[in-house]
Amino acid sequence: MKLALSLTLLTAALGLASLMLGYAPLPPRAVLGGLVGAGDPLHVMVMQEIRLPRTALAVLVGAALGLSGAAMQGYLRNPLAEPGLIGVSGSAALGAVIALQSGLAAAFALALPLTALLFALGAVGLILLLAGPRGGSLTLILAGIAVSALAGALTSLALNLSSNPYATFEIVFWMMGSLADRSLSHLALAAPLIALGGATLLTLGRGLDALTLGEDGAQALGISMTSLRLRLLFGTAAAVGAATAVAGAVGFVGLVVPHLLRPLCGARPSRLLWASALGGAAMLLTADIAVRLVLPERDLKLGVVMALIGAPLFLHLIYKTRRAG
Amino acid sequence: MGDGAPGRVVSLNVCTDQLALLLGAPGQLVSVSRLAHDPRSSAMAGAARAIPANGASAEEVVLLRPDLVVAGSYTARATVEMLLRLGYRVERFEPARSLEDARENIRRMGALLGREAEAAEVLAAFDRRLAALADQPERRPVVAYYLPFNETAGTRSLTGEILAAAGMENLSEARGLPYGGRLPLEALVLAHPDLILVSQPYDSPAQATSMLQHPALQATGTLRQVVDSPNWICGTPAVLDAVAAMRALREEWEATQ
Amino acid sequence: MSLLALDQLTVTRGQCPVVDSVSLTVEPGECVGLIGPNGAGKTTLLRAALGLLPHRGRSSLATLSARDRARAAAWLPQSREIAWPVTVETLVALGRLPHDSRAGRVQARAVETALERMELGAFRHRKATALSGGEQARVLIARALAQEAPLLLADEPVAGLDPASQIFTLQVFEALAREGHAVLVSLHDLTLAARHCTRLVLLDRGRVAADGPPLEVLTEARLAEVFHLRGHMLETPHGPLLQPLDVLR
Repeated sequence: MKLALSLTLLTAALGLASLMLGYAPLPPRAVLGGLVGAGDPLHVMVMQEIRLPRTALAVLVGAALGLSGAAMQGYLRNPLAEPGLIGVSGSAALGAVIALQSGLAAAFALALPLTALLFALGAVGLILLLAGPRGGSLTLILAGIAVSALAGALTSLALNLSSNPYATFEIVFWMMGSLADRSLSHLALAAPLIALGGATLLTLGRGLDALTLGEDGAQALGISMTSLRLRLLFGTAAAVGAATAVAGAVGFVGLVVPHLLRPLCGARPSRLLWASALGGAAMLLTADIAVRLVLPERDLKLGVVMALIGAPLFLHLIYKTRRAG
Repeated sequence: MGDGAPGRVVSLNVCTDQLALLLGAPGQLVSVSRLAHDPRSSAMAGAARAIPANGASAEEVVLLRPDLVVAGSYTARATVEMLLRLGYRVERFEPARSLEDARENIRRMGALLGREAEAAEVLAAFDRRLAALADQPERRPVVAYYLPFNETAGTRSLTGEILAAAGMENLSEARGLPYGGRLPLEALVLAHPDLILVSQPYDSPAQATSMLQHPALQATGTLRQVVDSPNWICGTPAVLDAVAAMRALREEWEATQ
Repeated sequence: MSLLALDQLTVTRGQCPVVDSVSLTVEPGECVGLIGPNGAGKTTLLRAALGLLPHRGRSSLATLSARDRARAAAWLPQSREIAWPVTVETLVALGRLPHDSRAGRVQARAVETALERMELGAFRHRKATALSGGEQARVLIARALAQEAPLLLADEPVAGLDPASQIFTLQVFEALAREGHAVLVSLHDLTLAARHCTRLVLLDRGRVAADGPPLEVLTEARLAEVFHLRGHMLETPHGPLLQPLDVLR
């Protein structure tokens, strides 16, 4: 309970900081007033249409990535697992790249995230086809690696064939991840899917706890491995697919957050699920705040900052583990 | 300035920066992109210094209370969509791919800013100068404009038209690459054009650009550096400065024949 | 009411039957030892009986729903996997998963009883992965006990344990049987099996070669035929003792 409270408070504080931060300084009264629709209409517009969706998306995307990372690690019983393993983020990126290359992205607003989402869901369908709803976790990983590799290869091909340097830059920058200028319509697209996927993943708690005893042990405790696997795939596809579709490729959250919080959860997979959701939201908010504070004139991308925070943190964790073990 | 003309204009792209700077009424252009101040990208960096720069984020633009936003067609998609969503008028300009495109962009910017008369003047001066510069000499040097990533500029590009106006023949024409395309270093050297043009190097080396200083190219003796790159990028009257520079280069070459 | 009824249970891998038409029942109060050489099909039989493997024939457990089956039988797999460094108490409490999670006090009592029975009281807050192999085995057995299922199926639960731990574990199983539960445990140590089990089932290449009290099953002829072993079955004042002497080719 204490953990839940502290993580929630941390996320709320970071969320507030994120709302207060922007490219133009707004006094706290303007911030709070603008949120509820009072005061200078321009400030209301900035708060409600620009800062609010960005902060809300940072929370949702971070939660989606943290939660699915914890679910993946719990299911595969491997602390190195992360949501990208089943190829959802790579396929979403491929969808976005194709939309940008083909010019589809310019056809209508949200064409880009919708295409990315479509490809993410398609990837999961492909994985189900390859690995089947039954079978061990090894086939799942292998299918995910295959799909990831294919998506990566096709993305590189698209970049290779791109004759337009501007389009190439657009693709590369999209792939670095960003929440800049995401609007309420992005939020409307991503939020329901992240909520649905997240809710699905949260039901995995009982099954993941049982998996502590291995697949045989879990099955004998009455857990259906098929149901677990399908819920994992669907939940991850919806949550991570939607998150990548609007924010681009942001790594490390799903890998590092469960690692950090595992000792605080007594290593219980069920507790780690919601803890990682909150932790992921907090971590992504931190990165997005850093994007706006550090070198704002150089336009640092979210995925880059996240990697710069995540990689040293991960190295530190490994070092600590080595010393202890 | 007419009644319908936008009082506050914000520009998000280095080319629209320069067009608006050129044609706008005093005080009409309130913000330019950061690149406008960079002499490596902007031919009007000096004039632009008086105008504050923006980081092309929707929040900054909104707080500038613009009547009109001008941007390039490749300016950050999310930002442009956000501004449109919030009800701002955003006009996107494609990069100029020919001298005709440049003229059209000038005319269009003039219309958008309510400065048609000024635009007409600029265009008239443009046409006069172009007519004076462009000629068809008897001997035209075969020229290749070599770009990063082993690309060569085609005839149907702004670069290509600058070369043509200066009385040069473009190698890509003979190679069947009207829109430009990949020309390996070997092929370029063996084709032995009269002049090989490259733009000046960046401060930070990159494989794609350092290749433009390759010893093989230097050994040909026909390598020439273009030192006024900003004039070539955007479809502004500055392209005529580029034409003039190329004409001078051509005359220099003629003298050695 | 038998706790387990197998009828012509058959498991094939390709064309080969790994378990071949096995029929047996287990009644409350029995501690049944499942013995046989390596590859006889002991693990396969147990897993098929639980419905974890596709099979032909019938198993009374496999026909139950997953939840009912988990309440009817507790399974101790051979691989003593503990995936995460959870506390001993948490691990033992996993045995309560098949039961209603809202009955808090009942859950806590069952976990307490299991911890006491396996003498794990001092370990309850320690990380299960930081314990020795023998201690971990005790923790996993406690988990199975916490499940409070009438039937316990255990696959090689004492392999790799020191003699004291082996005897301790089998004494727990005997006690369970006396209390009205039933235990089906596969073992390699024939002396242990003979001393602590009420009944032995001998498996040879997938078929039941013998089923009855230990002294009837463990004859020297059977040792030779099934185990390829020359040995002595001795009757000592302290109970039966098998002395393996030589390998027969």
